[in-house]
Amino acid sequence: MIIKILGTGCSKCKQLEKAVIKAIENLGVDANIEKITSINDIMDYGVMMTPALVIDDKVVSSGKVLSIDEIQEYLV
Amino acid sequence: MKWKNEWKILLLMIGGFLIAFFMPMNSIRFQNAIMESLYMLKEYAQLHVILCLLPALFIAGAISVFISQAAVIKYLGAKAKKVTAYAVASVSGAILAVCSCTILPLFSGIYKRGAGLGPATAFLYSGPAINVLAIILTARVLGMEIGIARAVGAIVFSVVIGLIMAFIFRKEEQEKVNKQIVMPEAEVTRPLWQETIHFGIMVLILIFANWGKPSVDSGLWAAIYNSKWIITAILGILLGIVLNKIFKMKLWKILTTAVAVVLVYILFKGNPIFTFVTGIIGLSYFTSTSEGEMGDWFSSTWGFAKQILPLLFLGILIAGSFLGRPGHEGLIPSEWIVKLVGGNSIWANLFASISGAFMYFATLTEVPILQGLIGNGMGKGPALALLLAGPALSLPNMLVIRSVMGTKKTVVFVSIVIIMAAISGVFYGMIF
Repeated sequence: MIIKILGTGCSKCKQLEKAVIKAIENLGVDANIEKITSINDIMDYGVMMTPALVIDDKVVSSGKVLSIDEIQEYLV
Repeated sequence: MKWKNEWKILLLMIGGFLIAFFMPMNSIRFQNAIMESLYMLKEYAQLHVILCLLPALFIAGAISVFISQAAVIKYLGAKAKKVTAYAVASVSGAILAVCSCTILPLFSGIYKRGAGLGPATAFLYSGPAINVLAIILTARVLGMEIGIARAVGAIVFSVVIGLIMAFIFRKEEQEKVNKQIVMPEAEVTRPLWQETIHFGIMVLILIFANWGKPSVDSGLWAAIYNSKWIITAILGILLGIVLNKIFKMKLWKILTTAVAVVLVYILFKGNPIFTFVTGIIGLSYFTSTSEGEMGDWFSSTWGFAKQILPLLFLGILIAGSFLGRPGHEGLIPSEWIVKLVGGNSIWANLFASISGAFMYFATLTEVPILQGLIGNGMGKGPALALLLAGPALSLPNMLVIRSVMGTKKTVVFVSIVIIMAAISGVFYGMIF
């Protein structure tokens, strides 16, 4: 599974990244995390508010920092 | 050792060493500047932190948690009516731009996928300028008129700038990408009136707790000033009721805070600051230990505090050492400032708006910098010009804007902003 975190590098994006790493550890799933930081690339996902979470090329959330529990639900 | 990776660190060390080595300890001007920066820090700590910044942080935190940003973005989509899009773009910065990380993605989103170039530039321009924290601090430190002029100027000019941009580039119809915009999901289901009451009370607390002593000792303003702590206390009680009834905060938590506040009031009679702080501590403790909305509110408030306060602290020290407090000189002689941005000439306004446009201001640091400049003889017009051009633009963000809409549009946008800011400065300087 490929997980992408879209964000220009602000503190919320880093929070989301930490939460995602934690969620993956908790579940023990096999996943690659990619960070997308260029605005134009972020736009290609149609996301207007960062941070956003993309799982297997599908935007699952944008504009907020998800909690670890919420991320785990998306990962299952 | 790999010099390729280490040379920057070495350069920094050499720079730091040279500064320390040649520090002009005996120069009176230098000694004054150091003292000035500390005086200015103290002034902020005493006057602006507890009654102004702390409540403002809670308000900003509440905006980012309780207001549905998705509901606003919907008006900036590709199908939105033009008039609505401009109107929403010009004022929505107050809600959407509380975090700098949302401005640029939103701008390019509106430009490429949404309502188009005009509304996008309107948003880009007004967003940073009508940030709630920035307006509150501007009004508090630099005076009410300039705080209001900043907000109103930003909103009005953003629409004008957006329209000019859309007109100049009307032929370059943006090819619409078919891909749909992913709208952030609306999470907030709370009726608007409940949130309005919550905000209203917090804003009123901010206003009344900061009510300044009027110059005359009678009349309505003086009456309000004399009873400002009673009014603030009543508002505090109302806030407690709202938190309990609407946000379902447990009654014992609110009563505990209330009892603590009353105790501190009795112990430190005559010093309302302690009482106010106790209220804030109570609110912080019980929101931070709550789950759900209340917990989110605190963590977002705390996030802003962590993000903004260190930068503001540094900004105050630097502004203090370079410019000094009003009426005192820092490293830069006052005559220079008077020569460059004193009075209200077109040249002074233009200089202020150009330097503001290229300079980078970390959130809120424009306020102490301007305070220093005004105190050293900067005119009111140029001050507004700098406020209107400054936070919206900086060299680094011009580069990002350029990567989104190209060199030509960026140059036009920057020039329009500079010219408009200078013109509004001239007018403001003539009136006040």
